[in-house]
Amino acid sequence: MENETKNIINELEGSDYKYGFVTDIETDVIPKGLSEDVIRLISAKKQEPEWMLERRLKAYRHWLTLKHPNWAHLDIPEIDFQDVIYYAAPKQKPKLNSMDEVDPELKRTFDKLGIPLEEQMALAGVAVDAVMDSVSVKTTFRETLREKGIIFCSMSEAIREYPELIQKYLGSVVPYTDNFYAALNAAVFSDGSFCYIPKGVRCPMELSTYFRINAEGTGQFERTLIVADEGSYVSYLEGCTAPQRDENQLHAAVVEIVVERDADVKYSTVQNWYPGDKQGRGGVYNFVTKRGLCREGGHLSWTQVETGSAITWKYPSCVLLGDNSSGEFYSVALTNNYQQADTGTKMIHIGRNTRSRIVSKGISAGRSQNAYRGLVRVAKGAEGARNYSQCDSLLIGDKCGAHTFPVIESHNPTAVLEHEATTSKISEEQLFYCNQRGLSTEDAVGLIVGGYAREVIQQLPMEFAVEAQKLLSLSLEGSVG
Amino acid sequence: MLKVENLHASVGDKEILRGINLEVKAGEVHAIMGPNGSGKSTLASVLAGNEKFTVTAGSVEYMGEDLMTLSIEERSRKGLFLGFQYPVEIPGVTMANFMKLAVNEHRKAKGLAPLTAAEYLRLMREKSAIVELDSKLTARSVNEGFSGGEKKKNEIFQMAMLDPKLAILDETDSGLDIDALRIVATGVTRLKREDNATVVITHYQRLLDYIVPDYVHVLYKGRIIYTGDKSLALKLEKEGYDWLINDYKEE
Repeated sequence: MENETKNIINELEGSDYKYGFVTDIETDVIPKGLSEDVIRLISAKKQEPEWMLERRLKAYRHWLTLKHPNWAHLDIPEIDFQDVIYYAAPKQKPKLNSMDEVDPELKRTFDKLGIPLEEQMALAGVAVDAVMDSVSVKTTFRETLREKGIIFCSMSEAIREYPELIQKYLGSVVPYTDNFYAALNAAVFSDGSFCYIPKGVRCPMELSTYFRINAEGTGQFERTLIVADEGSYVSYLEGCTAPQRDENQLHAAVVEIVVERDADVKYSTVQNWYPGDKQGRGGVYNFVTKRGLCREGGHLSWTQVETGSAITWKYPSCVLLGDNSSGEFYSVALTNNYQQADTGTKMIHIGRNTRSRIVSKGISAGRSQNAYRGLVRVAKGAEGARNYSQCDSLLIGDKCGAHTFPVIESHNPTAVLEHEATTSKISEEQLFYCNQRGLSTEDAVGLIVGGYAREVIQQLPMEFAVEAQKLLSLSLEGSVG
Repeated sequence: MLKVENLHASVGDKEILRGINLEVKAGEVHAIMGPNGSGKSTLASVLAGNEKFTVTAGSVEYMGEDLMTLSIEERSRKGLFLGFQYPVEIPGVTMANFMKLAVNEHRKAKGLAPLTAAEYLRLMREKSAIVELDSKLTARSVNEGFSGGEKKKNEIFQMAMLDPKLAILDETDSGLDIDALRIVATGVTRLKREDNATVVITHYQRLLDYIVPDYVHVLYKGRIIYTGDKSLALKLEKEGYDWLINDYKEE
């Protein structure tokens, strides 16, 4: 059985020619490589204020002093940072006139994933004005948010329109000094999303980048900042379950979340970038820094379903600074073929009576390597801190690997920390049982994996959960039997 | 319905079935008995298509088709049901969801549309009543944390849901107390019709007080060495297998 995603990607790549699309060398692309001049150019092209340029340059100068990290359980080919283009205006995708022009194979995948037609059109690159309701839906959406005083816009727009908020919060949770890729991102970030929920406001709908106007082409160095002011609530969705084609091999995003006193933020990700072909060639490298800071009584919940990318390096974390704050991390990371993932979380307990919960479900198939890496740290003053961690691994086949690197550092004797871990395989008996009831082996694997991941999947918003479940099956096609 | 001729099967180098001959017609109930290790469960597994075993010789005709050319799931969709001796746990997958998928796969094979949620719930209620299955069990993960009796009832519930042509029940009575045994056996009897057939594999004749067989076969060292009617089971219960085995050795 062929790898579905690969097929679609191939078809898509071929289809550029089919639709007579020729890539013009856009005038709005700067040469390869990184230097102070390049950063000045990026900042100028984005018409940024002087203070933003200064921030970028500071980050760049710091980055120059850093070495590429190699502590993860990953085999990362050497990356030539001078061979990367750091700024390109949003690429124009070939616009199609109707759904009939969309590749039938891609349509089949959309249907399998159960993606609504309107969203399918946007993803497949059907001209937006051909999507009847799309504009009005977005307008209604924006108006509702505006009434509540919620800001939801691109990072570029935020830098121009809300400089006080950006100056106050950008880099406050993930400073440019944090790590190699955080420094790089701070120097060259292309765009991203900014979201601000005012005091006491409960955001009435799930915020998803899909609804953000001009969401196209945010590029490879994405920067996201979410600020939930006192007592507010927001549920934020990142990504999309449809196979995303991307020419950028290197991705280094930063997501910062500020959870003010008694605020509550739920951040859900489904990541399905191109994982490379069956030999592992050409997939995306995904080096992400995600962190949230919780003040008194604040609550942050990360949920991620990771099935894409050739290499994933990602640890959504919670700094539980305020007393009685709490953090959660729910993760399903699935790797197949030659994919590698090193992912997990950090729960940093600083305030008193802080609580955290970690549920990580790794699924390895093919020749992939899947590592959970976690840190639970209880600082000296964190009286009464509690953590519960559960790390499970599921192996499919006998050529893949699952690894767990849980680290616990407790500096306070009142802390209660629990850790559980299991490793299991899909057994022949389970498959035989399902087959005997009339299910095909692929359906059976999908069902068993879905059951295994259920605790995490059910944390996702409803429609997302259904898509994520199907995505897991789709990503495993051909891995058994 | 089922015609097994000279069936040989092995696991690794070890031959377990050594020439089985068996014919089952619609409307019949067959019991297969025999001492431990005689190949009873292997026969059930081979008929269901378990790939752990290699069929080395012989033929099996099922509903006019060569059964051995069909995949496990095709056999199931064509109405062959295996009640497992050790039902398998699938964590995180509810029984209701599992059966919904199974029922709809069976319907698809027959060219029928999938059941609506309401139709499915009605079917589930109706069928779980047959085995007095606690409806709460269908909301729990497949066989996970089920007691021995619940697991066996659950097998018959699935049989009722899938309405098979040929049901092979592998030691469905093992580990059941007398009440559970009655419930399971009554369930099987209520599912019996003129157009379906049941093969019951059992150690004890007590199950056959409830499920009255038309034929009782004795399996020994991979062969059916004797076939009789219900009275044979009673005789075996009283006298054991030795008299048969001795006869067989003399042959």
